[in-house]
Amino acid sequence: MRTPLIVRLGRSFDSRGWLLSGLVAAFALIAVPIMHLLLPPENPLHLSTWFITLIGKILCYAIVAVAMDLIWGYGGILSLGHGLFFALGGYAFGMYLMRQIGRDGSYQSDLPDFMVFLDWKEMPWFWAGSDSFLWVALLVLVVPALIAFVFGYFAFRSRIKGVYFSIITQALTYAAMLLFFRNETGFGGNNGFTDFKRILDHSITAAETRVVLFALSALALIGTLLLARYLVTSKYGRILTAIRDAESRVMFIGYNPLWFKLFAWTLSAMLCAIAGALYVPQVGIINPSEMSVANSIEIAIWVAVGGRGTLIGPVIGAFLVNLAKSWFTVSFPEYWLFFLGTLFVVATLYLPQGVVGLWSRLRSGVKQGGKKAIAAAKGAGA
Amino acid sequence: MNAVDSLLDARDNPDWDSGTAELGHVLKPGKLDLSHKVILYLEDITVTFDGFRALNKLSLTIDAGELRCIIGPNGAGKTTMMDVITGKTRPDEGTVFFGQTIDLTRLSEPEIAHIGVGRKFQKPTIFENHTVFENLELAMKTDKRVRHSLFAQLDAAASDRIAETLRLIRLDTHGKRLAGLLSHGQKQWLEIGMLLMQEPKLLLLDEPVAGMTDEETERTGELFLSLAGRHSLVVVEHDMAFVKQLGSKVTVLHEGSVLAEGTLEEVQADARVIEVYLGR
Amino acid sequence: MRTIGLLFCGWLLSASCLAAIDPVLLKPLAAEDSDTRIAAIAALAEAAPEEALPILQALSEGSLAIAGERMVIVDGRRVLDAASNAEIKPAPGTIETIGINNRVRRELSAAMAALRLFSAERAVRWQAAQEVTASADAKMLPLLDRALASETDGEIRSRLQMAHAQASLGSTDAEVRLAAVRVLGESSDPRVKQLLLPLTEKRGDGWVEPDGAVRAAAGTSIRAIEQRLAWAENLGRAFTGLSLGSILLLAALGLAITYGVMGVINMAHGELLMVGAYSAWVMQSVFRAYFPEAIDWYLLAAVPVGFLAAALVGVLMERIVIRHLYGRPLETLLATWGISLFLMQVARTLFGAQNVEVANPAWLAGGIEVLPNLLLPWNRIIIVAFSIAVLSAMWAILNLSRLGMFVRAVTQNRPMAGCVGVPTGRIDTLAFGLGAGIAGLGGVALSQIANVGPDMGQGYIVDSFMVVVLGGVGQLAGAVWAALGLGVFTKFLEGWTGAVVAKIVVLVFIIIFIQKRPQGLFAVKGRFVES
Repeated sequence: MRTPLIVRLGRSFDSRGWLLSGLVAAFALIAVPIMHLLLPPENPLHLSTWFITLIGKILCYAIVAVAMDLIWGYGGILSLGHGLFFALGGYAFGMYLMRQIGRDGSYQSDLPDFMVFLDWKEMPWFWAGSDSFLWVALLVLVVPALIAFVFGYFAFRSRIKGVYFSIITQALTYAAMLLFFRNETGFGGNNGFTDFKRILDHSITAAETRVVLFALSALALIGTLLLARYLVTSKYGRILTAIRDAESRVMFIGYNPLWFKLFAWTLSAMLCAIAGALYVPQVGIINPSEMSVANSIEIAIWVAVGGRGTLIGPVIGAFLVNLAKSWFTVSFPEYWLFFLGTLFVVATLYLPQGVVGLWSRLRSGVKQGGKKAIAAAKGAGA
Repeated sequence: MNAVDSLLDARDNPDWDSGTAELGHVLKPGKLDLSHKVILYLEDITVTFDGFRALNKLSLTIDAGELRCIIGPNGAGKTTMMDVITGKTRPDEGTVFFGQTIDLTRLSEPEIAHIGVGRKFQKPTIFENHTVFENLELAMKTDKRVRHSLFAQLDAAASDRIAETLRLIRLDTHGKRLAGLLSHGQKQWLEIGMLLMQEPKLLLLDEPVAGMTDEETERTGELFLSLAGRHSLVVVEHDMAFVKQLGSKVTVLHEGSVLAEGTLEEVQADARVIEVYLGR
Repeated sequence: MRTIGLLFCGWLLSASCLAAIDPVLLKPLAAEDSDTRIAAIAALAEAAPEEALPILQALSEGSLAIAGERMVIVDGRRVLDAASNAEIKPAPGTIETIGINNRVRRELSAAMAALRLFSAERAVRWQAAQEVTASADAKMLPLLDRALASETDGEIRSRLQMAHAQASLGSTDAEVRLAAVRVLGESSDPRVKQLLLPLTEKRGDGWVEPDGAVRAAAGTSIRAIEQRLAWAENLGRAFTGLSLGSILLLAALGLAITYGVMGVINMAHGELLMVGAYSAWVMQSVFRAYFPEAIDWYLLAAVPVGFLAAALVGVLMERIVIRHLYGRPLETLLATWGISLFLMQVARTLFGAQNVEVANPAWLAGGIEVLPNLLLPWNRIIIVAFSIAVLSAMWAILNLSRLGMFVRAVTQNRPMAGCVGVPTGRIDTLAFGLGAGIAGLGGVALSQIANVGPDMGQGYIVDSFMVVVLGGVGQLAGAVWAALGLGVFTKFLEGWTGAVVAKIVVLVFIIIFIQKRPQGLFAVKGRFVES
């Protein structure tokens, strides 16, 4: 009677979901390579490096947004420290990229440039094995997960929730940022890691490498969505939202919320770390400002703008906000913060379900016509 | 991850390795032992909040299969008593035993729920964004660990049980509705239904008929009476007509301790009870 | 009567017109050889302690000169005879200034300090006593002996005794050295410790100090000084900790109202501090432009302006945004973060992206020197006092005024307060304005010790939330203890881990602490406390 897991995973997406994923995958795997590599730059359909980098970056952000939505939208836990896990994934992978530079750095040393600059004679112990891609890939998954697990275990066990939890996560990422700013921590201090040359012995700036990274990001996003979709439609997902809505009831029917929250929390951190690891080779730099409080809160606004509690919402939100950001920072840099600030206020005041909610409200509004006005009047009166 | 089981196994039950062996039965740790026909012992429970004594040396025993009503004026400590039994509040002093062997003061809320104590809150607490069906599904007695929930699939037997409970609480036509859309009385019923899905040995019901129509109240009474015997029930209620309908033993709480105990008539005739309720 | 008047006049005359000095004494001052000149300085100081001072002064300032055979002092256009202090008219034709090298200059200033020891003015003697302590050696002993004999002021005497002891260290008599070492043990000056240290050291095979008893006494004295130094250092740390704590307190007090009492997470709180700090800058500019003579008092004007400006921003925030989000703390958090970004950009647009310069008024400069190595700066003392004043005012408002009563009523039971006629909406606005205004006051105080710029608020938001979380929600007392505790703890930690690590340790400590006591230091217990 039991349906195999793979089939259930496949059924997580409905036909529309699979169609959409197929289109995205086809774009990333077929259209992008052709349009970037084969078409000459003067062809109007040619995709520029700038475009590939920007969209690749946003694809990584979208993974983070889905991860955030998993714990915030479904679990009711607002983290203001998710930038930390993203950055940790990026730093872990950055170590590998630094080792790949080899002796091509400005000091022609086996050590990364910043270590030579600090007059270090050998690598710190935690850099051991960082020249192995597999080991670093393991680090990307394990280190942020471990930190998330330990932190989450103690926080959830003490029943820290709501804004308290948000503030504590904010302090966590802030403390980590201060730590990474120090040169002695061994991660390049202020400047972080940059000037990467190679990845798996291929040039990191080569068009082919970019296309592959882009495709990987797109596939990772589809995978994240599939996993998230499976989770939220499973019994686990129902318990998670039940904890969000009435935690004490969940406890009194015999579930321990600690483990349910911790699972979502740790998984979310791991997804962020994967996104971070894909992000760093595409943008070519990672530094402690990725851990800043502001960055982590911005993740929340992607989710809020798109619509939390839905899975497509965060993806839409991540794209909208970040496209707006790159447009503003080029055209009107001084107005970006005005726009972002207003967005925070407007999204919370007028878009409780984000643009996805707005869309479905508009559609039902067209169907129901007059009823909406009545409901709105009631809402205003309450 | 199997917090409940491992904790229960490891727990050193005070009665289990000494003293009770000559009573002639084998004790299993973590299993409810009803050999003395008593399901719940509360002994000398004291709970203080910032100097205010919510419970004051409260002692109470509930027999297996018994239906017990608890009445008392506001602030008598009824809700605090339930908090102590279900592990939400730890007593400053005193012991709470579930059967002969299980010390409830050492278990967490989910653990207590898992070994068979169900609780209904004063204000109906259900999962408003889930359907009625899902509410019951989540409450159903099963493996409640994360690992299980990740891969759980509903089998036919379970679906049948949920359907059965839906009929019992008269929500069989509402299975697919969001629970938040139910009426107040229906929410009360749903919560009772969730309790039943847990298959608890002991049910704690805090004002279960508040906000129900007279007809609903009467049906609830019938349901409780039919449950007694298989389950033990503790009902906290203000509605004297309902208490009368249940016709069970009544305990009167006042200022955190037991003031009187007996049938409703006996209790109502008690001079001290009259004084507490009506004043001097 | 007239006789007395005449006598008095005569005394005045004799005091002002100093007796002439033998020009022979002056001659070697112009010698080529430094040794000769140093000897001459000593001889002059010895022979005529009072008259020598202006001459030596002139020598050190480069206005002593030779005009033919005579030594003269050039004073602007006038030329005075050095020996008689009388003006020479007409001024001599050729004047050759006497230059001095560093070695001579050193001797000269020591000699001058020694001479000033006999000045009639206490302040001059005190200054001189401190100067000779810095450079006392065996040669000065006779001088110090004389000064001690004539000195009556207790404070100056103990200073001189210290200098005397210092000078006696070089004595050949072990007994004298022993006494000196013991006297020096009373000092709390790090320099004295440096002076004593060599006495306990070995040079080659033998000890620097041959006498065992003196060595032992030196060791005891060094330990005594070290103890006193450590004490002063800790006192200094405690004080900086206290002042850091009072800044945290000022930043957190406003939050204690908005978060603690009203349950609103205001992420724009740091920007309200910024509004206060920019108010101080604006008032400084206004005073510079319109009341330059009263520039020192701009800070007093900035206090009410900072309060009102921040309160106004707070009231607007509450009216436009926050009131629609009561009961939705996570959304409030995000919306106020948006407001904080907005305010930062406003500051950038109005005042530029660079930090602006806010100067301390003259009366905040300097400080009180409590011990030789402990200076309490005025600006920090004032901030501690200011935060105490703000705290008391806030306590009074919350506990004694009608507004405070309403705020407490709304906090405890909003619907009930509304039922008995408390205008809950207006109370929310006022309370929020009050919290914002107090943040503004914090900003004015911050402008005196920290950089004022568009990003300044961001640095304080994490810290002030930590204070509120640590102190417990809704607890003024909790906020006070948490702020002071965090301040002092951080400063002591900084002493041996450095600032960044100290900050990380403190954050980690708070994270762990909250696990243990999720309700903060001053937990409110009871059946009404749920999630």
